[in-house]
Amino acid sequence: MKPFIAFVASLSLALPATAAEIWISNEKDNTLSVIDIDTLQVVRTIPTGERPRGITFNSDYSRLFICASDSDAVQVMDPVTGEILHDLPSGEDPEQFVLHPDDRHLWIANEDDAVTTVVDVQTRRVVAQINVGIEPEGMAVSPDGKTVITTSETTNMAHWIDTETHAIYANTLVDARPRHAEFVKDGTELWVSSEIGGTISIFAASDQREIGKIGFEISGVHPDLIQPVGFKLTPDQKTAFVALGPANHVAVVNTETLAVEAYILVGRRVWHMAFSPDHSQLFTTNGVSGDVTVIDVASRKAIKSIKVGRFPWGAAMRP
Amino acid sequence: MRRLLQALCLGGSALIVANIAQAADIKVTIGYLRLQEPPRAVLSNLDPIPASRGIDGAALAIADNRTTGSFMGHAYVLDVVSVAPGGDVVAAARAMLSAHELVVLDMPAEAVLQVADLPEAQRALLLNAATQDTALRAGACRANLLHTVPERGMEADALMQVLLAKRWTRLALIEGPSNEDAALAEAYRQAARKFGLKIVAEKRWSFDTDLRRAASNEVPLFTQGFKDHDAVLVADAHDDFARYIEHNTWQPRPVVGATGLVAQAWAPVVEQWGAAQLQSRFQASAGRQMTPRDYAAWAAVRVIGEAVTRTGAATAVDLRAYILSEAFELAAFQGRPLSFRGWNGQMRQPIPVVNARAQVASAPLEGFEHARNPLDSLGTDQAESACTAFGDAE
Repeated sequence: MKPFIAFVASLSLALPATAAEIWISNEKDNTLSVIDIDTLQVVRTIPTGERPRGITFNSDYSRLFICASDSDAVQVMDPVTGEILHDLPSGEDPEQFVLHPDDRHLWIANEDDAVTTVVDVQTRRVVAQINVGIEPEGMAVSPDGKTVITTSETTNMAHWIDTETHAIYANTLVDARPRHAEFVKDGTELWVSSEIGGTISIFAASDQREIGKIGFEISGVHPDLIQPVGFKLTPDQKTAFVALGPANHVAVVNTETLAVEAYILVGRRVWHMAFSPDHSQLFTTNGVSGDVTVIDVASRKAIKSIKVGRFPWGAAMRP
Repeated sequence: MRRLLQALCLGGSALIVANIAQAADIKVTIGYLRLQEPPRAVLSNLDPIPASRGIDGAALAIADNRTTGSFMGHAYVLDVVSVAPGGDVVAAARAMLSAHELVVLDMPAEAVLQVADLPEAQRALLLNAATQDTALRAGACRANLLHTVPERGMEADALMQVLLAKRWTRLALIEGPSNEDAALAEAYRQAARKFGLKIVAEKRWSFDTDLRRAASNEVPLFTQGFKDHDAVLVADAHDDFARYIEHNTWQPRPVVGATGLVAQAWAPVVEQWGAAQLQSRFQASAGRQMTPRDYAAWAAVRVIGEAVTRTGAATAVDLRAYILSEAFELAAFQGRPLSFRGWNGQMRQPIPVVNARAQVASAPLEGFEHARNPLDSLGTDQAESACTAFGDAE
């Protein structure tokens, strides 16, 4: 209950009048672009450390964590002022991370170092480092906080880590070059996208058994170029939106049948995404075209593109 | 150790959690057999050939395989044997093949054939990581021999695709004096025909002066007589004289082929598709930049690792069958999965087309379509292949 109270309190204190925002990390500009959801315009551009990639807010949105990969640090920003408050020790080359539901432990994939680093954001200390496969990237945490997943791009695995013991208790092979992982359907399933394999593998969280696989097909695009990366499910968990990289499309997947119901043309090399607070809009980062596509979720249509910095990578919503 | 120290410094009471390695269920030994090339005199000393070229690539791949293997109970060992120039590579091959059956070959085409035809090699799986010889993918192909290094024609086709896309279709060809230069020039001619470019002028390179001093005088005269052309194409297989052509031509034309705009399997400027990670891991482990030979050796060892990971098998027969199957794919930092041509054992791969400072394109370019796989627009396609040893696949 505590986080909820804190959340309400901070809303009334810190964010009285601002509209919801989508925060975008620009990998090749060392900046964040902040998009106002009402006007669909960039309202702020904020400098960061080198090569910002993964970004995430804490549960009351009072802090933004930024993987500044080439600065070898996770930076902690006050989103109101845009000021970097301090750096967290992150291990080398942090690419992506996930904040544990305890709001205290950041689990960080250190891409160049084949390690997952656990940092306590309060004491600012490294709690553990766990050897994982080569080029770890995708990070996920189960809703109950008991399991953290790291996927490794070159080892082609999802590593299942017990958050109590920091020990890996299972390794599951996925198709080539996994990029993103998320627990879905109340934590009963783990989804892992494989960029070069061109699939999303679905595992039962209870026994790590593979229970399904999603494939994609776009006429006129060679299968090799359909490369799923980021994905998001609607709150009812019935529909998944999957970014397909250089295929420049977002797939709309029925999560019951695993059939693709639509492909939405977006910008070039679509990467990660974030929903607006009411989930009526979806914002995708398009790395090569340097813009963000706004998708109307109900009609499944791209309605606008918004120019941001060079190589937009991560996306996070701030209500 | 670095990681440990870092964590301790940063974390104070940090706890390092190591995975307890499972007992190895499978042990895979991969041989790397090299016949060293005799030193070759080239005009410039600027780019010495690294002594451990190729071997460093294989070593990095073994480390990659070991990391994956540590989660699967698979152990990997690399056994490197390097034979001095003129040494008995066949005897070395016999010794190696008596111990293990997965061997990467780093040697010229004649030696590759001698090794592949040994009785001891018949149950082995050999991976050629060095010679780009066309015959080994054609009439002289062998069923026990796969190639991770692209054949010459794949690079020539890649270059022609880029030139055609730029509409630089009239080429003046300069051919060096060696047999390898002649083979390369022939590959360029074939590729030009394949994509409809014209070689409007040809000249053989025959200078024996020290071009480091004389290039600005000699090269303009040498290129003065060329018919109107869009680019100067240089066939210089040993990186001997090409570097002195660029910016010394009579007419202001881009130089392509061995210098300027170059198609090669790998280059230090390749940075997309996560390649920057491979480059930095290689730099950290080898202390130098990754060459095409290192990439081919890395790919060969990773191909075996990937096949072992996916099948749990470790015999040459099982691995070969899987590697040649449609299920096989290797993620290799080129934006598309790599696989093998079932008709001659050549690894399908995109070819970076680069200059000294940046990647210009990745072939196949958009628009060069193919019924099966756009990667097969590069090099010998099934219909034109003279290889019959792979009758059992596709």
